[in-house]
Amino acid sequence: MIRLSNLKKTFQGPNGPVEAIKEINIHVEQGEIFGIVGLSGAGKSTLVRCINMLERPTSGTVIVDGRDLTSMSESQLREVRKSIAMIFQHFNLLSSATVYDNVAFPLRLSNTPEDKIREKVIPLLELVGLSDKADNYPAQLSGGQKQRVGIARALANNPKVLLCDEATSALDPQTTKAILALIKDINKKMGLTVVVITHEMSVITDICDRVAVISEGVVAESGRVLDIFTNPQCEITKEFTSVILSRELPDALKNKELNQEPVNGAQLLIWLTFVGNSADEPVLSTMIRKYDADVSILYGMVGEIQSTPFGRMLIGITGDTTIIKSLLEYLKDRQLMVEVVGYVK
Amino acid sequence: MSSDMVPLLVKALGETVYMVAVSMIFSSLLGIPLGVLLYVTNKGGILACKPVNKLVGSVVNAVRSVPFIILMVSIIPLTRLIVGTSIGTTAAMVPLVLASVPFIGRQVETSLMEVPDGIVEAARSMGATSSQIILRVLLPEAMPSIVAQLTTVVIALVGESAMAGAIGGGGLGDLAIRYGYQRFRPEIMVATVIVLIILVQLVQFLGNRLAANLNKR
Repeated sequence: MIRLSNLKKTFQGPNGPVEAIKEINIHVEQGEIFGIVGLSGAGKSTLVRCINMLERPTSGTVIVDGRDLTSMSESQLREVRKSIAMIFQHFNLLSSATVYDNVAFPLRLSNTPEDKIREKVIPLLELVGLSDKADNYPAQLSGGQKQRVGIARALANNPKVLLCDEATSALDPQTTKAILALIKDINKKMGLTVVVITHEMSVITDICDRVAVISEGVVAESGRVLDIFTNPQCEITKEFTSVILSRELPDALKNKELNQEPVNGAQLLIWLTFVGNSADEPVLSTMIRKYDADVSILYGMVGEIQSTPFGRMLIGITGDTTIIKSLLEYLKDRQLMVEVVGYVK
Repeated sequence: MSSDMVPLLVKALGETVYMVAVSMIFSSLLGIPLGVLLYVTNKGGILACKPVNKLVGSVVNAVRSVPFIILMVSIIPLTRLIVGTSIGTTAAMVPLVLASVPFIGRQVETSLMEVPDGIVEAARSMGATSSQIILRVLLPEAMPSIVAQLTTVVIALVGESAMAGAIGGGGLGDLAIRYGYQRFRPEIMVATVIVLIILVQLVQFLGNRLAANLNKR
């Protein structure tokens, strides 16, 4: 649906050119929710604006729904933009227009007759749950309600793509959940392709199918959300995922000396990550029964990403070196992700 | 109070209101588009164009730096060309408009700057043309602020129209100078000033109310 190839964007800054996007290749499938996550300044806002050409990329191609936007004139782009809707962090509603008029705005731009507009706007307000607010002004609404107006406005032109630029970053956690649920619902009902830009990993785990982690203008890592979460490769990805899945040792162990070689009387620390079916298996109890080693659980958490259960656990093992060795073999055979931290006294 | 004062005041007030109202209409018709031009051609604007912006901006600054009384006499030939005479209430409107247009231009530009860029960006993302952005986004969004700014211009016009009295423009200023000052009738001077004060208060009050009604923020 969306294919960004060799995308580059350079801005002329006061201290010479600034490369906002160095080289990005992304392919978003029809009907999926694709997340783009990165720290502020990573280039993700610029990237999303390249998709609807609010920012013209310096080089590379942007293909949306089979059409190359990079070769289009400004007037052709205006037509195409009607099928690429966008919602914003600060909602960007017209403060001088009512909720109804805000949602009607994109339709009035194309001189749609008022009765057709009405037919379109009323169900949209129903969809986002704001039928009773039609005559209110944005200033009278809460943040979540404003974003609902933004979503209704975005859907007015029956878009094929919805771009969400930090759409929940100005909202509280509960409102964020509700707005994300609405976006997911729309994605399912209308088969809309959604691109979500965020710096919050929880947004990605809540609604995205796939994710690209952007760092310093390049894609650091991309793939299915579950894979990226449970098995991150890059440092930046590890940092992001650690918000949801801790990677730090508990405080009690943090300041202790770590040895990679066995030390007398020390316990071996291991991170175990369970995903999907392996989360259901009684791996630990089997392990303890099978091997003559003491196992203590030092830290753990379980959760769900895209209705796949996962868990992460820090265990400490004390026992004979050979036993520990075979125990590790056993764990690896169970298709668990095993990360050995080291020996700690 | 002498018997001739009331009709004198009424006539002068009528002339002042006429001068200010008509000048205001013409100034706004020219000044608001000028303000839009200054705003959209500025750096980062939807029709950013540095040479145009610099040129128009310089002309605006130049006209604004000429004191009204000097502007008034220096454009007498132009006034004669436009209205056929350089004396009278209608003739006074030419310098009034000329002085107000760049003033309004800058005021409107300032008002437009208050419109958040995000709203313009949202309109662009929906495929709005530049003229749609100007007419349906920028001007409606800035309208409360523009009204407040234009109120200031009306009040400035009341003051300038009094000065225009000096070239036979008529109005309250003319009355105050000819009767109050030159004929030593302080009661007319005082009455004129009171009428001016009431007029300005009224304009400010109405302007504030209109701006508040338009403001939905």
